[in-house]
Amino acid sequence: MSTTAPGRAVGAPLDRIEGPQKVTGEAPYAYEHDVENPLYLYPLQSDIALGRVARIDASAAEGLPGVIAVISHQNAPQLADTRDKELAILQSDEVAFRGQYIGAVVAETFEIARHAADLVEVSYDEEQHDAAFGPDRDDLYTPDQLNAGFPTDTEEGDVEGALSSAAVTLDETYTTPLEHNNPMEPHTSIAFWEAGDLTLYESTQGAHAVRRTVARMFGLDRDRLRVVALHVGGGFGSKGLPHANTILAVMAAQVVEGSPIKFALTRQQMFSCVGYRTPTVQRIRLGADAEGHLTATSHDVVEQTARIKEFAEQTAYATRSMYATENRSTTHRLAALDVSVPSWMRAPGEAPGMYALEAAMDEMATKCGLDPIEFRVRNEPELDAETGLPYSSRNLVACLREGAERFGWEGRDPTPRTRREGRWLVGTGVASGTYPVFRLPGSRARIRSEGDGRYAVEIGAVDIGTGAWTALTQISADALDVGVEDIDLRIGDTELPSASVAGGSSGITVWGSAILEAARVFRERHGDDPSEGDTAEAGTPDNPETENYSMHAFGAYFVEARVDEDTGEVRVPRMTGVFAVGRVINAKTARSQFIGGMTMGLSMALHEESLLDPRFGHVLNHDFAEYHIPTNADVGEMDVTWIDEDDPYVNPMGSKGIGEIGIVGSPAAVANAVYHATGIRVRDLPITPDKLLR
Amino acid sequence: MRPYGYVRANDVQGAVATLAEAPNAAYLAGGTNLVDLMKLGVVQPDLLVDVRRLTLERVEDLDDGGLRIGAAVPNSDLAADRKIRTRYPALSEALLAGASGQLRNLATTGGNLLQRTRCVYWQDTTTPCNKREPGSGCSAIEGHNKHHAILGASAQCVATHPSDMAVALVALDAFVNVQGPDGGRRIPIEELHRLPGDEPQRDTTLEHGELVTSVDLPPLGFLSNSRYRKVRERASYAFALVSVAAALDVEDGVVRDVRIALGGVAHKPWRATKAEEALRGEPIGEANFRVAAEIELEDAEPLRDNAFKVPLARNVITRTLLDLSEER
Repeated sequence: MSTTAPGRAVGAPLDRIEGPQKVTGEAPYAYEHDVENPLYLYPLQSDIALGRVARIDASAAEGLPGVIAVISHQNAPQLADTRDKELAILQSDEVAFRGQYIGAVVAETFEIARHAADLVEVSYDEEQHDAAFGPDRDDLYTPDQLNAGFPTDTEEGDVEGALSSAAVTLDETYTTPLEHNNPMEPHTSIAFWEAGDLTLYESTQGAHAVRRTVARMFGLDRDRLRVVALHVGGGFGSKGLPHANTILAVMAAQVVEGSPIKFALTRQQMFSCVGYRTPTVQRIRLGADAEGHLTATSHDVVEQTARIKEFAEQTAYATRSMYATENRSTTHRLAALDVSVPSWMRAPGEAPGMYALEAAMDEMATKCGLDPIEFRVRNEPELDAETGLPYSSRNLVACLREGAERFGWEGRDPTPRTRREGRWLVGTGVASGTYPVFRLPGSRARIRSEGDGRYAVEIGAVDIGTGAWTALTQISADALDVGVEDIDLRIGDTELPSASVAGGSSGITVWGSAILEAARVFRERHGDDPSEGDTAEAGTPDNPETENYSMHAFGAYFVEARVDEDTGEVRVPRMTGVFAVGRVINAKTARSQFIGGMTMGLSMALHEESLLDPRFGHVLNHDFAEYHIPTNADVGEMDVTWIDEDDPYVNPMGSKGIGEIGIVGSPAAVANAVYHATGIRVRDLPITPDKLLR
Repeated sequence: MRPYGYVRANDVQGAVATLAEAPNAAYLAGGTNLVDLMKLGVVQPDLLVDVRRLTLERVEDLDDGGLRIGAAVPNSDLAADRKIRTRYPALSEALLAGASGQLRNLATTGGNLLQRTRCVYWQDTTTPCNKREPGSGCSAIEGHNKHHAILGASAQCVATHPSDMAVALVALDAFVNVQGPDGGRRIPIEELHRLPGDEPQRDTTLEHGELVTSVDLPPLGFLSNSRYRKVRERASYAFALVSVAAALDVEDGVVRDVRIALGGVAHKPWRATKAEEALRGEPIGEANFRVAAEIELEDAEPLRDNAFKVPLARNVITRTLLDLSEER
């Protein structure tokens, strides 16, 4: 397989084609679609974490002028498929976690719906819940498999033996907290049933995925259901799978058939029902010989899931093949609690897992008396240890070297707490990152000649704010050998050919491959001078090279951290990220993706933490005043680049995904820089001032 | 959120009279805190009396050489006022350390003083809270209490006062002028906010219907040597873990007078009188500043998550006084 010849559009730093629409407010997000006489939904959420709804008295709410319906398990439509207990809401009186939807009010305005929801009186038969996560529970269990189908545990060689004979060893435990994805646009829906057909304007990462799930749950023929997602204000995984809010909106639309239902979550409600990153407790053990070659790597993870639905994050997945070690083991154990269901949050697995591994690698480098870059280079593998396959391309070392050069790493005194400027202790840190090339199935593209050299390119993919509108236009232009101005891209609608979810950093690579294939077929059939209406359609072709090569993106992250000696306040004036991601489709939007990922990593390192009170079972700091993400003042200079990487195997474009790699190594780089500044090793994210006060 | 009435009073007297007759009414100024709390159902007034345009909206000179700040002066205007910046810099710094630019444009001087705690349990109507629902219990005492009080708390309530501005005003010995149904009164700002005791539902000593009309700053010269230092978990838009407002008057290397107030440590802005007493007449220097801070913090009773506030407050007091010593 060869890569596509360099075209004019791919790689260019093209402005977002939908940019003017967005900044003028004309790009319709799900909630903003023009519908006639909409009704508004406000959810009823459980105030207990386990038990049953004993009684719902909606009389006061129903008596309020403007209230159309109060829905609960007593009168909700029966779902056709109730196997997924996260989604099968209002099917019984059972309550499985605090904040679970137990009903909804539909009214003529949002304000009336919200007021009426207050007037609904609910009493419960409460049972003793259990929402206390911890590694010492005696009921931890072994899931059958992890997210994305990865095996739960792995073992190669003799880890214990290698550890006991190693010249240098490390045995430390790292923890990461519960975190909540919070895209700027919350989850929103407009659901409209009319004459048996359902239209759903939805803020989602996958229009076709929503259609499949909703059709199944409501027993609908897929053809009767249209999902539209033209513009989405971020997802970060929380919109990757449909959550119960979508089901609630569709249910309400069924109850008031003929009127569109509008449902937008408030920011507070974002912390209850749309997924989150599990807290993790990760024990890492490393062994190395006297020269700093790793001889043993062990990564044992304890994390949380919901009792009603399992989500087993692949936290130690990346550790399995990151470095050359003969003796390796990884395990994952789960605590099943009476809590809402964890799910995907940007780089599930890699983000928390590589924080722990890369913080441990930094500690181990110190123990081995090696520069942390040199230590990593020394343990660079020839082959993917887990699969035994060669890498289609692996340029981690090049990223580390390039980053060291740009950042000014050379000459760094490894001794912690040696540099200061006034009251600021200054340190620098480095970490590596990796993210696999996922190939989600089920994407097709259609190309139609519109005459005058113009082409419609259609694929039901969703741009969640990443720049897919622009990148797919660039890919289409080069595939058809025309200018980007000759492409009419149509995405974000299930009326268009099926596309996989925008997740796993896979969107552009699989959708783009489908477009390339459709263009090839189109030219083959219709030549270079087609008639108006000539059409061709094709799916993402199989890539036999996936059997022959291990495919991953890599990154190197450098951070300068300053810590106020008196207060423990941490500031990060600069970060450098260097990435090896194959060919970059759009230099401008890619850079934004990397900056965004690195900022989210900074956020994970220093700020984010959902405070769940186990006595109640829900998250308390459920707004942006209390749940901290970085402000502009927290983000310093972001130096981002990527190396030229020619990967002829990964796909016809030679490009790897870029949506998640930015977050993967940056938390560890921050933590390592804070250690270098202070001499204090915080192994418990986030690194807040209280943990640095002496 | 409950429906509510809205009226705009013609003058202060009218506003006060309206509230006096409506036991569940509230004044509305910038609305940056009250409206949020109404949306959350934490407070549920029947009637809002808009006072945004009723009180003085500028900073005026007083005959005694001090300044009068109208209750309606927006936080952003007050922070930028030249006289404030030169004569009472701690106040300007405190304002700029608070909230965000957008909020400061709307928030008023009177409203800032009366903003409510950010205790997460108080803001969540599904959890017990003595401040929101007296007698229901305090969820914070054995819950997440990293941001809670280490001084002056009670078995009923461990919430902290969130204002930055009020901390500076306490250090600057300000007076609050209020108008009530029975006339006006002038309250030393230290007596405006109260400790929770057995009535955590009461943040201040104001009676229902009393309206803050202005704040007076005294004409003390050394208040120009003042600063506000806020420690928070991110660089902007976060409430204080601990903050310090201090003013220092030094003669020949000896403390002639000093004002210290702490934020983020108590149910009210905490005037550090013990530290002040310990410092008057003593030579300046890190050791003395530190000892004085420790004396003030001897009474601290940390909770599960906030023991760090004791060394943090000590360090920030010490550092702020050192900075003031050097800046003279």
